[in-house]
Parts: sequence; structure tokens; C-alpha cells
Amino acid sequence: MKRREFIRAGSYGVAGAALLGGVSSNWYGLYGNPLPDPQSDGDQVIPSFCELCFWKCGILAHVKDGRVIKIKGNPKDPLSQGQLCPRGAGGTGLLYDPDRLKKPLVRVNKRGDQTFEEVSWETALDEVAENFERIKATHGASALALFLHGFGAGWMRHLFRAYGSPNIAAPSYAQCRGPREVGFDLTFGSGIGSPEITDMGNSRCIVLIGSHLGENMHNTQVQDFAAAIRNNADIIVVDPRYSVAASKARYWLPIKPGTDTALLLAWMNVIIGEGLYDRDYIDRYAYGFDQLREHVKPYTPEWAYPRTSIEPELIRRTARVLAAARPASLVHPGRHVTWYGNDTQRSRAIAILNALLGSWGRRGGFYIPSRMSLPPYRYPGYEPADGEAADRPAPSDYPLADEALAQGLCEATIPGVRGDPKIKAWMVYGSNLPTTLPNPEQTYQAIQELDFLVTVDVLPAEIVGWSDVVLPEATYLERCDELRVASYRQPFIGVRQEVVPPMYDSKPGWWIAKELGNRLGLADFFPWKDSMEYAKLRLSMAWLDCDVLQRDGVILGEPSPLYFDEGAVPEFWTDSGKIELYSQRLAGHGFDPMPVYHDDELEEPPPGYYRLLFGRAPTHTFGRTTNNRLLSEVYAENAVWVSREVARKWGLEDGERVYLQNQDGVRSSFTAPVKVTSRIRPDCVYIVHGYGRKPKQLRFAHGKGIDDNELITRYKVDPIMGGTGMNVNFVTFIRASDVTPEVATDVAAREEVEA
Amino acid sequence: MSGVRYAMVVDTRTCVGCAACVIGCKTENGVADSYARDWVYTETAGTFPNLSMTVRSERCNHCEDAPCISVCPTGASYYGPGGTVQVNQAKCSGCKACIAACPYGARFIDPNVGAIDKCTFCVHRVENGTPTTSCQEICPTQSIYFGDLNDPDSEVSRLLAKREHYVLMPEAGTKPRHFYLK
Repeated sequence: MKRREFIRAGSYGVAGAALLGGVSSNWYGLYGNPLPDPQSDGDQVIPSFCELCFWKCGILAHVKDGRVIKIKGNPKDPLSQGQLCPRGAGGTGLLYDPDRLKKPLVRVNKRGDQTFEEVSWETALDEVAENFERIKATHGASALALFLHGFGAGWMRHLFRAYGSPNIAAPSYAQCRGPREVGFDLTFGSGIGSPEITDMGNSRCIVLIGSHLGENMHNTQVQDFAAAIRNNADIIVVDPRYSVAASKARYWLPIKPGTDTALLLAWMNVIIGEGLYDRDYIDRYAYGFDQLREHVKPYTPEWAYPRTSIEPELIRRTARVLAAARPASLVHPGRHVTWYGNDTQRSRAIAILNALLGSWGRRGGFYIPSRMSLPPYRYPGYEPADGEAADRPAPSDYPLADEALAQGLCEATIPGVRGDPKIKAWMVYGSNLPTTLPNPEQTYQAIQELDFLVTVDVLPAEIVGWSDVVLPEATYLERCDELRVASYRQPFIGVRQEVVPPMYDSKPGWWIAKELGNRLGLADFFPWKDSMEYAKLRLSMAWLDCDVLQRDGVILGEPSPLYFDEGAVPEFWTDSGKIELYSQRLAGHGFDPMPVYHDDELEEPPPGYYRLLFGRAPTHTFGRTTNNRLLSEVYAENAVWVSREVARKWGLEDGERVYLQNQDGVRSSFTAPVKVTSRIRPDCVYIVHGYGRKPKQLRFAHGKGIDDNELITRYKVDPIMGGTGMNVNFVTFIRASDVTPEVATDVAAREEVEA
Repeated sequence: MSGVRYAMVVDTRTCVGCAACVIGCKTENGVADSYARDWVYTETAGTFPNLSMTVRSERCNHCEDAPCISVCPTGASYYGPGGTVQVNQAKCSGCKACIAACPYGARFIDPNVGAIDKCTFCVHRVENGTPTTSCQEICPTQSIYFGDLNDPDSEVSRLLAKREHYVLMPEAGTKPRHFYLK
């Protein structure tokens, strides 16, 4: 974006403090011109780690006169390596967000009406504890569900486990990376984890499938991706959209959405058929190669062409490029992979292809991570769960899910969906469910059924407006937290420190959990004075010096060998102890033991409709950052990417504002400008996730752009692990000029409509 | 020219346009709300599916023949250390002649001061022992280089000797000190 446009986009003037023009000791020039000196270096520079996304980069916070002036990367931290993404650099925009939750709140009117009373922490915590005890006494602790996201959530998880509820779910599993973890675990016996164990900096060939590194700014991954570009690695990007990553690629394969598995199978067909796979590696480590060879025989590039729209010669050529670089050849597993409901099988196909390339445990492929050993804090053991897991209809459903399903807990709250509701109360930590779980109508319905809803958050997100009690948490710059024991190529321990004291009446998560624990008869589970005392004790058990950790931000461990040929042990924690090209476990549960492309699985858009795809902007972590003043200046709202062909057909002008309406007649609450572009296929549209925020209290984000999640009224559940495939909705355009303007609906207005 | 000649080089191969440079600059330099001294430019060429795209981080070009300096009626704009283009805000009358003269759109009036603001090449850092500009320091793809063109061993000199590069609007004749690697 040109700066001039940028100024226009951000012209809502709010005067800020002028930091320029301070007197400087540097003078220059004939006429005694003072050199500009913003004087932004801190009197104190405190290391910690970031929470603008969940990569947890080491930062250095510059504090001056009690104010955080700027945030830099911590060069000692293995993840940031001194660099930061825009979000990390913009952390002060969260800390000083004028719309932060400032006091504990208790609802005074009907739920969703957004009338709250400011109360003391005593009153708010008592209210939460009374409700928890009441519900536990009647229904058991398992009637309490915890939804969580982010590093600080660990304290609440601990609280819930101590209290006896097994119903703890992170939407980051079933709504994001779950299928990838299961697909790789079934194949290699381990998941991918975070940070991803991809060795991109050493890759000679990288395939990205729908993964838009560079727009997705997980710092170290992007650093590694840039290193690969510098090393002249061959990059192949498979994406219906010409992403920034695609612009760096040697090959861009603008695949028809939903057909990635067909391409992956055709690549296997070529790599096996032409004998390009790593025979020695497969012989030594893999199980089921003969079955796989037979299995992929029909999946020729000619077979894949009409499905994927990728020409057979291009499929062959890219397969050969991939194989030529092996084993330093990486088919990236992606991160947000809940697309079509067959996502575990697609992740399996990616894993199998990597096995054929021999990339697991090899330089330039997947490295073997290690972590420092740090004994756990000695708590009394958790009691057995008081009741059953409620996230699936029956234990036999989604049999390979290895974490709880967030949408399942939501369903288990609504009477009739699965008989009597098992969940009566929610605690929601840092997870804005109405924009996170697909089909928000269902989420709102569940919320109305609850006996009690308590939210712990920093900002007045949508979920906050529906809560009975709101507990304002201190931001990551105002609190200490659990120790970060990273599983990475360079093992390390990181610390989050209180850079400045909590503003307003906000409190750190550990304090909230401890206070609730005390009220719930769980004081034994919170014996420490504060989280730093907790951290010191844990560190001392490993003979590590907390002072060093607080000074440097990290303590580095001794790296283990990363690759098999350097001494990493080739261990595969699968049933066969080998890399499972053929999965007996999948077969045992009645699933395809090897990925199959089912033609009937993919629904075509109705005439005049386009598949809705969504992704990220580099300055945002979905809706968590769209109200950040600094970050929203750069990307204030999302745009609807429309291909030139489609725009011509509809007569849509670049910049024209539209609503999107989906196949079920649901229209977006707000509008966004159309971006007419050559960078997308004509059968889909694309928007960045996290916009179209409803709460008016979010002054910078409210009403800006379109929320894709409103339009995700349908989702397709992965039968293997319960992931919610969300790229199965179709939208059409409604010109803003054709709609009588109405007051944008916020949560309160919605409630009246429903009542 | 003798002495130090500061220059910046941005590698467009690796720049992903994430705008970390923008945010890093804003907090380092206390840039006014709604304004920025650097920005990201993206240009797409071709037709679907045969496309190419340039992404780059842009800012003041610190021209050797800077029209903003020649038009400035008060002498507020001047050549500073290492040939950089600087503004003495105390002398600036806010007449905006330099905004009109700059071919790169690099200047704006800081509403809090009522005077011109723009990229300084972080002279407060590079002249005081910190070798990096803030955009360079933060860049997650390490696409930004800064150094002395008069030093043949500096990273910027070596990159420009080795790699194909260009400047923006050479036809403006301003001799930019900001280069882009292809």
C-alpha cells in the first residue's frame, strides 16, 4: 500500500503523544541543525515473550517512565533471533488499547443485553465460585466446560483439571491444526507441533499447499522461508490464490479448491512410477509400500487433470523437481488445515509423500526436536474426572481425536442436539467463540442455554457481551506466566515477565486461577505465592538460575542431533514401529488405510455463487489484533478478492462495497470493498479472517470489513478426528448500494431479534 | 563524494510485504497516529495464471540531488550525516513545497508538530553506534540492508556489485540512495 493510501485509510484522527523533537546531543550542518532523536530507547529493557500470536517469540520491551515505548526482538531467543513480525512490534497497541476491559463485570440484565455492573474482584470471583459449586453439586464438575487459547490458558486448564472436569477444549485443535497432527501421527508416530518441525532453511525444494507464509507471519517459519529463497530453493505453491508465497515460487499451481488430495496422489503416482522415491529409506523405515504402489497406480496426472485443473505435464515436472531435491525436499504440512472434512486424509497424503521423499529426520525436511527437561511442579494428583467427556456423541465417534472437540462441547450444551445437554456452564479464556466456532448461530443458541458463562479476556470481544461475569486479564506485557519449555531444534526455556504493572483493575491469569482455586477448595493446587515463585521452584529443581532467565529471557539447552544421519534415533511411535504408508489403525476403524480421492465428496458452487476461502493478513492474528491501533492502521479492513472474470460478469468495480450472502441466505453484517484481481481463480473468493467485528466497544475494529465466520453456517466434520471443514460454504455478492442502510447489528440488537 | 555515503538496499526477492518495517519504524521514531515513514508496495503483472508480483518496502530515497532540499524556502530540509536527507522541524514552516517536489510521496506534515516528517535513515541510531536502522533490525526476512556506499566492503556495496538492482523513478533524476535488488 502506498503511504498516501495508507494515510487515507487511517484518517480517523486521534492525536497521540508527540515523541519527536526532543533535544539531542547530536548537532549537524552549517546552521546547527539538531539531528532528530526520538529518544525511544528504554531506561529499562526487559526480556519476555510475545502473545500477539501463539509463536511466542522472545522480545525486549523498552520501558521509559513506566511506559512501554517500543518492542524489539530478543537476539538471544531462538525463535525471534532478534527479528519480529509486525504484530510483535505492535504489542504496545494491545497494552494501550483504549478499549481494554478495565474492571470485573457482572451482568445485570438478560444475557447478551450487554448491561454490566462494575464490581470488585471479590464479588466477581465469589459469583464465579458460587455458580461453579452449584453446578458441580447438581450435575458434576464435568458439566463445566473450558474453552481456551493462548499460553496463559495453562493456569485455567490446571484449575479445571483439579476441579474434575475433563471438558477442556481449544478450538485450535478441531478448528485448525488437528487433522495435521493426527495425519502425521498416524504416519510417522509423531505430530508436527508448534513451532513446526520443518527444516525449511536447509530445504532445496519446498511445497506449500494453501499455506501462505509471508501473509501468515509465524516469525521463524518466515525467516526460514526467506532463507530458502536466498538459497535458491525451488518453491512450489499450490493455492487457488496467487499468494505472496506464490509470487516467490518457481511454480504456482492454481488448484481447484478441495482437490489437493488428487494432486498429492498424482505426485505419488509419478514419484513411485518413475522410481524417484527414496528406495533405501522406504525399505528401511516404511510399512506398506507394496500396497501404496498398487493403490496410487490409477491416480495418474491425466486422472488428476480434470479434477485439479493442473495440467499433467506440470504435475509430472513438479513431481520430478520435488524428487530431485530429496531428501532436502519438504512438503509443508500447513497449520490451519480444517478445510473440507477429509483433512486428516489429505494430511496423511502429505505425510506419505514426505515419506517417499525420505524427508522425515533429514536435513531440509523435518528435523527431530528436543526439549530441556524441567520437572513438573509437585501438586497433589488430579482427582479422576467427575463425569464423562461430552465433546462427542459416543466414545466411538471421531475415534482418533486426541484432544477434545470445541464444537462438540458447544453441541453438548444445546438440548436436543444430543439428548439432554451435558454442559451447563462455560469458562472461556482468550477464545472468541462466535468468530471461532463454525455456525455462530449454534454458538449463540448454546450460550442462551447456559446456566452460567464466565469470560477471561483482555478486550471486549463478542463473547464478552454474552457473559454473566467478565474477568479482565492483564495483557502479556503486564503479567508473569508459566515457563515456556520449548520443543525446538534449539531446546530452550523462556520466561514471560511483568514488564509494567497491570493497568486498570486487570489481573494476571495465574492470580485469577489461584483465587478461584482457593474459593473452590483447591488451595492445595495453588500453594505458590505467585507465578514467579512457582517458576523459581521449578527451575531450581533442574539446577537452573531464574535470575539468568529473567536477565536474558531464555536459557538455552544442549541441542540433540536433528537428523538421522547425525545421530538422531529413527523412532516411529506407530503400531508397526515404522512409517505407516498403509495405516492398520485407520483400516481397523473402517477408514481408508491409504488416502483415497472421492469424487462425490466435493460439492460445486451453485450458479452465481463462489467458494468462500479465508486466510490471514500479516499484521493480524484474526480478530485478536484487529482493534490494535498500530496494526489496524496498516490493514484496517479486509477486502473481498474477486477474479477479473467474475468482476466483469457482475460489473463490480474495484473498491465497490458489497455484502456477502451465503447459500443459506445468511448475509454478512457489514460490507467490505471488492478487490478486483488477477490473483485468484474465478470459482472462489477470499477474505482475511478476523474482521467484521460486532462490538461497538472495539472502536478501531467495529464494523470494518466482513466476518467470514458468520457465513460459515455449514461445516463438514472429519469422521476420523472431528475437525470442522469450513471451506464448504458458497457466497454471492449483494451490492451495498442495493441495500437500504440499516443500523449494523451488534450482539445486543441480535438478541432482541431472537427474543 | 568523500566520507560516508549512506544507502539502503531492499531485497525484493525475500520481502514479503508484512509491514514489520512500518510498525517497527512507528514505535522507534514515535511517528504520529495514522501516518508512517515507510510503507509496503505491491505490484502485480500479467494475467491469470501467468502472473508475477513485486513486493517491496519503500521510504524516503535520500536522494543525492534532492528536490525537497532545493525547493525548501527555509532551509529546514538539508543534507545530513552520510548525505542523508534530514528535516530540522524547528525551521520548517509547514509550507508543503517539499511534499509537492518529492516524486516518492515520502513526506507528510506531522499533525502533532505542524512540521514535515519523513524517514531519517535512523541517523539517531546509525550515528550513535547502533549499526542498523529500525526497519532493518526488525525485518523478519532480513530483506533490508543499510551501509556506506563509499566502503567497497560494506554489505550494501557488495550486494549492489553482485546483484541486479534498480532505483525508483530514475527518470526523476534525483539520484536515489535507496536501491532494490531484483
